[in-house]
Parts: sequence; structure tokens; C-alpha cells
Amino acid sequence: MPVVAIKDYKGEVKDKVENFHGNQLVYLHWEDHLSFCAPLAFPLPPEMPFGAILGEILPTYYGMHPDWENVDLAEARWTLDDEDFQPDPEKSLKDLGVGHKSVLRFWTPGLKGYRGSQS
Amino acid sequence: MAANGKAKRLGMKQRYQMLTRHLDWETSYQPMDKVFPYDKFEGIKIKDWDGWEDPFRLTMDTYWKFQAEKERKLYAVIDSFAQNNGQLGLTDARYMNAAKLFLQGVTPLEYAAHRHFAHIGRHLRGGGARVAAQMQSIDELRHAQTQVHTLSHYNRYFDGFHDFHHMHDRVWYLSVPKSFFDDAVTAGPFEFITSISFSFEYVLTNLLFVPFMSGAAYNGDLATVTFGFSAQSDESRHMTLGLEVVKFLLEQHEDNVPIVQGWLDKWFWRGYRLLGLVAMLQDYMLPKKVMSWKEAWEVYYEEQGSALFEDLSRYGLRPPLHQEDAIKEKDRISHEVWGTFYNYTHAAAFHTWDVDDEHLDWLSEKYPDTFDKYYRPRYMMWREMAEQGKRFYNNALPQLCNVCQIPMVFTEPDDPGVICFRRSEYNGDTYHTCSAGCKHIFDNEPEKYVQSWLPVHQIYQGNCGGASVEDVLKWYHMNLGADNMDYHGSPEEKMWSEWMAGRHAEQVEYPPVKAAE
Repeated sequence: MPVVAIKDYKGEVKDKVENFHGNQLVYLHWEDHLSFCAPLAFPLPPEMPFGAILGEILPTYYGMHPDWENVDLAEARWTLDDEDFQPDPEKSLKDLGVGHKSVLRFWTPGLKGYRGSQS
Repeated sequence: MAANGKAKRLGMKQRYQMLTRHLDWETSYQPMDKVFPYDKFEGIKIKDWDGWEDPFRLTMDTYWKFQAEKERKLYAVIDSFAQNNGQLGLTDARYMNAAKLFLQGVTPLEYAAHRHFAHIGRHLRGGGARVAAQMQSIDELRHAQTQVHTLSHYNRYFDGFHDFHHMHDRVWYLSVPKSFFDDAVTAGPFEFITSISFSFEYVLTNLLFVPFMSGAAYNGDLATVTFGFSAQSDESRHMTLGLEVVKFLLEQHEDNVPIVQGWLDKWFWRGYRLLGLVAMLQDYMLPKKVMSWKEAWEVYYEEQGSALFEDLSRYGLRPPLHQEDAIKEKDRISHEVWGTFYNYTHAAAFHTWDVDDEHLDWLSEKYPDTFDKYYRPRYMMWREMAEQGKRFYNNALPQLCNVCQIPMVFTEPDDPGVICFRRSEYNGDTYHTCSAGCKHIFDNEPEKYVQSWLPVHQIYQGNCGGASVEDVLKWYHMNLGADNMDYHGSPEEKMWSEWMAGRHAEQVEYPPVKAAE
């Protein structure tokens, strides 16, 4: 039963993609760096090239971490919605299969947070 | 009611019968199912409403008399507290942030409880149950009022108290308590009463009450202690009602058992997640500590809860699903939640701070398995950055859990180093949850949770006052630079330092304030 209700009831889908003015939600998470308390949420255009995530979004929002200067994104390992993922900076989010509310997690080899604490 | 001098006085039991159940009748102009339309759709079967045991046999006139007496005592103390500048007796101004969180997060829930107990006080079919719900409705209103009155004294001096109800409806972290209660009041009457009266007020209440009230007592907040005491006798009535309700439902029909079990599974987890805020308060926000979250959890949940569920097993009930995950998390949730507010201190209507060395050592002692490995280094990094003038702020908005609405800060049950991601698909959309517990709740009623008003998503949809952080915070009615940011450097810190300097210079003696009961 999708909901216990007194009559047939349809909930309003508050976060359908149409509500985001042409954007879709994408969640990014840098593994082993939990000083960032949670994955980050962004409204991004589906046509945006993945390179904008690599070149603009990640440095802007993760760049203050002392590990960031040692990050080599070419070496990073990625998953997209729990599947292994090879990002292509030239391709758009849409073409890479990054959908509304997709989760992108990345691991940067050798970097395990402040003094190796996963923070 | 005019007393007839010749009338024979009724005994307590008779009076109770006359003034509660005898006021109830079987309707004849309209069918009972039309008069009480809400008490069947949940599938609960009641064979005999007279099987309802009234825990207190309280009648409205006696109730009124008791409550009036409590009010008189409470307001005498509050007045005396105000006249004697009781705020100067606090251990430290940082303590006030616990009171802000209480007023913003908990007091509006008392008011919501008042409204919904009024609703079920009309809509339960049994007269005894209706009267009990009506009294609780008035209790809850009284709690909301006394809390506002008590804490309004602090509003004269401290920031973050001034528009708590508005904030409750809008601010990102207050969507956690708000959505918890919204979930309960949009359920049927039996789920509501099981969620609030049993799961929250019975099973988890000590975990809320002890940190707040003992925390207040330890930290010189006699005003809060007094309203706590004043509410305590009401709360014990509510707890008894909660246990009574569940036993009544289980005894009425065997088909009720799996339904009640499902509610217990859900509301244990909902309540436990909400208590993450309390865990933080207990471990981080009390200058003088009472006990750690972990210690409180072990005493009030693991020990007392297991005794309770053993007692209830004869009705066919088992302990709630996912409690083993909650037990695994006891070494970390307070740290994960405090870290969240440190990340977003610019967007919170209370202060955070660098945790000092003495406090760090206390946490190491209380959390030997996790603190030095995971959390101390995090705080050291933040401290180093702050000392270099680069205080760490998280400048992006966090992903939220679609059910508890807390940012996705919780970690895998078996690995405190990895965020716990859980995902569901429903009608072609994806929904993210922070735990097996929240995912289970979503999957049972997806049609309900597709409607979650998730603050981060609402901001991105343009429904929260504007696109910049500042626009949103103004829409929250936050006074920027006063309500938010670190305690260090805040107007409150400045005020407190001046007070303390003046106090030590003059050696002013403030008379002790008497406790109410």
C-alpha cells in the first residue's frame, strides 16, 4: 500500500525535475573527507559538460580542504548511482547518464583526509 | 455548576464515571461511523471501547484544580528569576544555545501536539479515550505557553529567540522536528497516538527530558528547570496513557498486532533520528556536562527499553526494527550532528564554537572507540584553519534524507568513515535516505514522502526568499551577524564578558531561586 489514507490519495511530487527551472539535482560526494559533513546538492543544467564539475564546482566547494592541492582528478575513481563510472569532461551530464537526483561519489587515491583521518 | 447541598457526594470512581463515560452516548440520528469517520481506515479493530483502562481517572474539574496550582508555583518562580536577573547565574552564555534549540525546535511541537490531541479528543469513539486526549491537549498547550513565557526572559538579552515559530516553519534544520510532527498528525488517530504517546513519550522521552532538564539544572538555568518540573507530572500521565493505548490496541484484536508493530518500527526510528539534535546538545552544548549521549542511550534505551519490550512480548510485540543500527551509531551521531552545524554555522540561528581541549578530552574519555580516530582530527583541522584566518565553512547546500530531512551525515552502520547512502525508486523518480530505517519508512508509504518539503530542494526551486544565502536567511527572519555564526566574536559573547567583568568587580550576590516542587 503506497499510503494509508481514508480515501484514494495521490501525493504531490514536490521534487519533480520540472520544478527546478531547467536544472536537475545532482549530488556530489568526496569520499574520505568527512570534514564536509554530507554530500553536496547542486541544481545543474543537463547539458552542462562534465568538465564544469571537474574544473569549477569541485574546486569551488572542496578547494579549501588542505588535501585539495594534492588532488589529481585524472586519477580519481568515480561511481554514478553506485555503478563504476568513467567521466568524460567533454560530454554533457545527460549524455553520461547523470540524471535528476543522481549521486556521484569520487575517491582520490592516496588522499584519506586530514592526517589520514577520513576528515 | 451549582452544588445542591442535599445531594450525596459521589466517590472518586463514580464521579469519574459520571463525568467521562456517562457523557458519552451511542448516536441515533446519525450512524456512529459518520460521527467518528477516522477511526477505521487504519485497519485497527476495537471490539469494546469500555476495555479502555483509564490510567488516572482524572475528571476535568480536578484536572483544572491541579493545573492551576502548578501554574501558580511556576509563575512565582519565573517572576522571581526575572527580578533577580537569573540569567547572570548561568554557567556560560554558550549554554543559551541549548535553550534556543529547545524553543525553536521543541516548543512548536508542543503546540502542534495540543492541536492534534484536540482533534483525536473529538474523534476517538470511546468516551474515556476522548477525555484523556482532551486533557493532554490542554497540557500540551500549557507546555507551549509556559515554555514561551519562561524563555521570553532570555529573549531580552540573547539572540535567536525572537521569532522561533516563524523559524520553525522555514529554517532548514527545524524541518527535522517539524516534518516529524507533520508526519504524525497526517496519520490516522491510532498511528498518531502510538507515535507520540507511546514511541516518543514513553519509549524515548527520558532521552529528551534528561539532557534538557538536567542540563538546565547543571548550568544554572533555573527557569527551564522550573517549567520542566511543572511539566513532569503531566508527562508521567502522558507516558502512562501511551503505554495504556498500546496495550489496549494489542488486547482488542490480534489483527492489530502487526499494525502496531509497524508503527513502532517506524516511530522508533523517526524519534531516534530526531534525537540526533539532542545528542549533539548533550555532548557539545552544555558547558557543564550531565552525561554523554552514549551513556544516556545505554541507560534509557538499551536497559529500560529492553525491559519494556520484554514486558510487551506477551502481547506479540518485538523490539523495533533497526534498533541494532541505532546501537551501533551511539558512538558517533552527536559528533556527526555537531559537525554539521559547524559546517553551516552561518545558516543556523544558534552559535557553534571551537571545542576546547578540556572538552575534547572529555569526549575522548566518553567515546574511546571513535573520538580520537575520527572526530578529534576533524576538530584539529578546523581549529588550525580558523587560526590561519580560514575558518572552515561548507559553502554548498547538503543533500538531505527524504524522510528524516537531516543532511546525509550519518555513516554506514559498520563504518564511521563512509556516508550511508540508501535509495528507492518510485514512479520513475529517485528518493534518497540516510539509513535502512528511513528507507524502510519511505518504502512503506512512498506516496506520503514524495511530498516532503525538503529545505535544500525548496531553495533551489526558488521558494525560499531568493537565490543567495543572505536572501534565504532573511526569509528565515534571522538577524545576520547576531543569531548565526560562531559564539566567538558574537554580540552575545561580548555582552556576557561585560556582565561577568562587572559581576566580579562588584561581587554582587544573587539570592537563590526556589524550585517549584
